[in-house]
Amino acid sequence: MERGHHDIGGLPGAGAIDKSQHELSDWEILADAVNQALGAKGVKRTDEMRRAREEMDSEAYREMNYYERWIASMEAILIEKGILKKDEIDKKVVEFEKKWGEP
Amino acid sequence: MIHPATGRFRPGDAVRVLNEHRPGHIRTPYYIRGKTGRIERVYGDFLNPESLAFGGDGLPRRTLYLVAFNHADVWGAAQAPRDKLFVDIYDHWLEPAEYGGQKDEHIR
Repeated sequence: MERGHHDIGGLPGAGAIDKSQHELSDWEILADAVNQALGAKGVKRTDEMRRAREEMDSEAYREMNYYERWIASMEAILIEKGILKKDEIDKKVVEFEKKWGEP
Repeated sequence: MIHPATGRFRPGDAVRVLNEHRPGHIRTPYYIRGKTGRIERVYGDFLNPESLAFGGDGLPRRTLYLVAFNHADVWGAAQAPRDKLFVDIYDHWLEPAEYGGQKDEHIR
């Protein structure tokens, strides 16, 4: 396996590190809370979440921001463990999008 | 609970990072593979993340070290010659080495 999309230390052309701060949005705080809860319940381990992010489609990984990657890895692990099904999640997403008028 | 170190290396030992490209969850950064440095600190034994990442039990535990490298040995240029680069590396990613890199008086 060549270097993964997560392992870019020292890669030329990566540019400067963006050190700017931003206020966390509610969905980002919620992503953290769900992640903590799944950990506390023993559903997943940090190493599994990291591995799930490493296994993501590289283009999707690069397009996502930090907590989007967290959510994608939680979804992948919950599906992998048979706790949720992909179509259940997709159905719920459509439901929420309708409710909240998201695109 | 801290598990005492059972690994092969002691502070000051010269080590080379294995230049391997295995599939799976690897905690050894790409840029440090194949490089030589010295053991700075021995943390103790920890569950193996390469196993935990796939739902395994993480056993046997692996010794984790803080390894010090000269920048010149990592990046190939004598940039920041007095600075060191520190990386956490597990025992099974290291092999004994004769230190053949930059003069390293500042690395104990």
